[in-house]
Amino acid sequence: MSVVQSIDHLALLPAYVAAGTAVLVLLTDLALARRGATMAVAGAGAAATVLVALLAGRETRSTFCVADGCSYLAGGRSALVAVVFGLLTLGVLALSAPALRAGPTPTGEYCFLLACSMTGGVVLGAAGDLITLIVALETLTLPLYVLVGLRRGSLASAEAAVTFFVVSVVATSVTLLGAALLYATTGTLHLDRLGPALTGDLPAPETASVAVPLHQPLTSAAVVLLVLGLAFKVAAVPLHAWAPTTYDGAPVPVAAYLSTASKFGGVVALLAVVQGPLPATRTGPVLAVLAVVTMTVGNLVALRQQRMVRLLAWSSVAQAGYILAPLGVLALTAGRTGAVRDTAVAAALAYAVLFVVLELAAFAAVVALRPVGADGGTIADHRGAGRRHPLVGAALVLALVGLAGLPPGLAGLFAKVVVVRALLDGGAGWLALVVAVNAVIGLAYYLRLAATLYTPALTPTPEPAPAPAGRGFSLPWPVAAAVTLTTLAALVLGFAPQLLLDATRW
Amino acid sequence: MTLLLVAVLVLPLLGALLTAALPARADRTARAVGTGFAALTLLAALPMAAGDRTWTAYTPDTPAVRPWHQLDLPWVPGLDLRFHLGVDGISYPLVVLTALLTLLCCGYTLWRVPDGGPGRLLVALLLVVEVGLLGTFLALDLVLFLVFFEVVLLPMYAVIAGWGGTDRRRAARKFALYTLLGSVLLLVGVFTVVTTAGTADLVTLTGGTGLSRGTQLAAFTLLALAFAVKSPLWPLHSWLPDAHTQAPTVGSVVLAGVLLKMGTYGLIRVAVGVAPEGARWAAPVLGVLAVAAILVGSLVCLAQDELKRLIAYSSVGHMGFVLLGVATLTATGLQAALIGNIAHGVITGLLFFLAGAVKDRTGTGLLAELSGLRETAPRLAGLLAFAAVASLGLPGLAGFWGEAFAVVAAVQVGGPFWTTLAVLAAVGGALTAAYLLRLLRRVTHGRPGPAVAPLTAALARTELAAWAPLVLLALVIGLAPGLVLGMAGDPVQALIERVAP
Repeated sequence: MSVVQSIDHLALLPAYVAAGTAVLVLLTDLALARRGATMAVAGAGAAATVLVALLAGRETRSTFCVADGCSYLAGGRSALVAVVFGLLTLGVLALSAPALRAGPTPTGEYCFLLACSMTGGVVLGAAGDLITLIVALETLTLPLYVLVGLRRGSLASAEAAVTFFVVSVVATSVTLLGAALLYATTGTLHLDRLGPALTGDLPAPETASVAVPLHQPLTSAAVVLLVLGLAFKVAAVPLHAWAPTTYDGAPVPVAAYLSTASKFGGVVALLAVVQGPLPATRTGPVLAVLAVVTMTVGNLVALRQQRMVRLLAWSSVAQAGYILAPLGVLALTAGRTGAVRDTAVAAALAYAVLFVVLELAAFAAVVALRPVGADGGTIADHRGAGRRHPLVGAALVLALVGLAGLPPGLAGLFAKVVVVRALLDGGAGWLALVVAVNAVIGLAYYLRLAATLYTPALTPTPEPAPAPAGRGFSLPWPVAAAVTLTTLAALVLGFAPQLLLDATRW
Repeated sequence: MTLLLVAVLVLPLLGALLTAALPARADRTARAVGTGFAALTLLAALPMAAGDRTWTAYTPDTPAVRPWHQLDLPWVPGLDLRFHLGVDGISYPLVVLTALLTLLCCGYTLWRVPDGGPGRLLVALLLVVEVGLLGTFLALDLVLFLVFFEVVLLPMYAVIAGWGGTDRRRAARKFALYTLLGSVLLLVGVFTVVTTAGTADLVTLTGGTGLSRGTQLAAFTLLALAFAVKSPLWPLHSWLPDAHTQAPTVGSVVLAGVLLKMGTYGLIRVAVGVAPEGARWAAPVLGVLAVAAILVGSLVCLAQDELKRLIAYSSVGHMGFVLLGVATLTATGLQAALIGNIAHGVITGLLFFLAGAVKDRTGTGLLAELSGLRETAPRLAGLLAFAAVASLGLPGLAGFWGEAFAVVAAVQVGGPFWTTLAVLAAVGGALTAAYLLRLLRRVTHGRPGPAVAPLTAALARTELAAWAPLVLLALVIGLAPGLVLGMAGDPVQALIERVAP
């Protein structure tokens, strides 16, 4: 085995651009110390990441290879993930612009942390072994601890940051323990090799294992630990309790990032280990149970929420359940055959992407409706918002309806269709019915929220008087652009979901 | 001709966008524009019956669904979704009815906008509902059918929640959640079929080819439940009275006139067509539930004191007759169901218009306070009497054919079970007559109460314009049922050949 590895820099290009953005942002902040310039660099860097990922994603490349396999696999899948992360970063940056301009939040650090997080996401999609995967996921999450706590002088924000930090560190150690135990039983960390190693299909028994590792109790423990650790990141019940507190304490744009990018990262990591490496006989039942419990608990608790961001947080918990649902087919023998399994994974990814778009659109509209730098407020604070700001109100309603899975939010409808179809393909009709019933429960709170936007305010006090922003209401252009573009993206994906379905079949 | 299929969907959609985009000060203009687009839609829908239809005549080796015109474009191959539209004798009457009722409702809003919101938004929502309804009736692809089926839900929710009565929020929410339950069951049912058969094309799927018995039973159960919520079939009907009572007049008209027909149409075209073995298996259950709906609906009506609620519950009974017709799985039964559908749409639409007019004038819907309407508002009372008599199924008016032939079909099937059902349904028909006559006695006789006394006999010109087509149709369909039955004959025969060989 050669000691000097040849490195394919072209495969790494998106990651270079993303990491370069972070460094450049820091340097710009040091050298120019101008808020506008820093943000422009961050925005341009995120856009460049998207572009490079699109161009580089045309061919499959791998690098950091040893005899066992490759640690970095660039291709269609990694390109899709990098594009999603780049766009999310761009969107969240736009949403943060007014708060950064007005508030005491340090712009340079904020943009740097966001770009770091994006780098983690870009690498995550290409991870070829468990360690790269976990390190990328941590790079994605680590900056968020600080971002969550950035609302200065807010006790809730500090509390949220600590909660998030403690829970996330525990989750990471659980994931690492799972990975370590897997390495102990199989002697490999590469995702390509884990599957055969576990079932004992290796051509040459390089490892010291005597029996087929699949049947050792240690393997089951390792698989469950790994899956549960990653389930923390997607905020699946019963590992979800951090999400509402954290989202509600964080600045709203950061909450948007948490519920989209962070969750998407968790989903990508989970799909990477579930699709190939881990035995479906072990992961399937765990995932099926997680999915059912997550969507049911998320939807039921969301029914009673009074605060805007908390409601969105619980709804995103429920949505995580829908994302995991297609993977539930792995619990059935019929669901483990190659084609069905790939359909399920593609369905989960497609749902995740559609969810991320709709969720970002919803958060963007909430940011637009609230005063600069404010938190999400209570649902009652939004009474009549749709009448005062018809366009933003319409965007929020479209996003909420999409999350509920109904036209005119066609993107959401097709997302549900993809999931139900994958489930029925795998013969898991009961799980499809659970998803269906949950969609009905979900509609109850989405409708309540949407109807509140058009309810006249109860108090007779005229609305413009307490909030000066109401008079001559003008949106900062980055927020307006974010609302417009995310809504447009939701509409386009609603009418042409085939674009996404093609991209998710990696 | 295929252009017309697209036009009837694009025109109302354009109209809705344009109407909603016009500024608040041009509200009346916007309503007029919306009405114009509704009229254009009707004009585009009418000539669909023209053209060469000879190939649709029945021969044994042609597919069971033979549209007069169709359009088939790929949309989302990954989900088996094709933009496949087509019109035939089963869907054409419903398409025309939808376009007509929407036009009448939009025109009605030119004259009177219910309280709650800007009239132009109401018109825009009605047009979006029309898109969903027409799409549902025209879709020849199961997934497309599902998409259009769901399009209707939220605009109708908004119509009830925005422009409805005092308890509108609760009623609207109940409507949305109940019908979404139906929709998601439809989603699961549709994909049970699509993943097994590998296609979503209704033309290929009709007849149940390629589906095992188990799949058909599961699919029919899911689909029938979905459509039973929409129709609604007892005991899944409880959203309907609340929704109708609270909805504004135009909302009630569209809801009763065509929205419920999505359920019965879906049952005939999708549930029975795609899973005939499941239909044969479940027919007795469906028949029992239908007769229960007839009896329960009529008995509840006998005890109702509120005008709109009474008419709403009468819908439960009338739709029971339609479902009984479907449950017999005979050509007569399906024909009865189709003409019953149309007749109910026309007559109940008219009844809700009249009930709305009465309620607007007197401010009450309580029968006890409406006595003596004939004294002060003879024309309104006369029209109400006409509609009620048509609704109870007097021979010569539209309501007769559907109900009579549903009973006849049940008798034709024979055997003690179906004969009993037929007898019970006939009893239900008598009860229907009883409660409608009771309604008339309460409303038209007696001394004018304080609510009725100040009324004048005059009717607005818009009102007459909105009601006249429905009155005429009730007469024409009653006297010449062949208009509907003639074009439905071939497709129904073809369907029956596949369903009940």
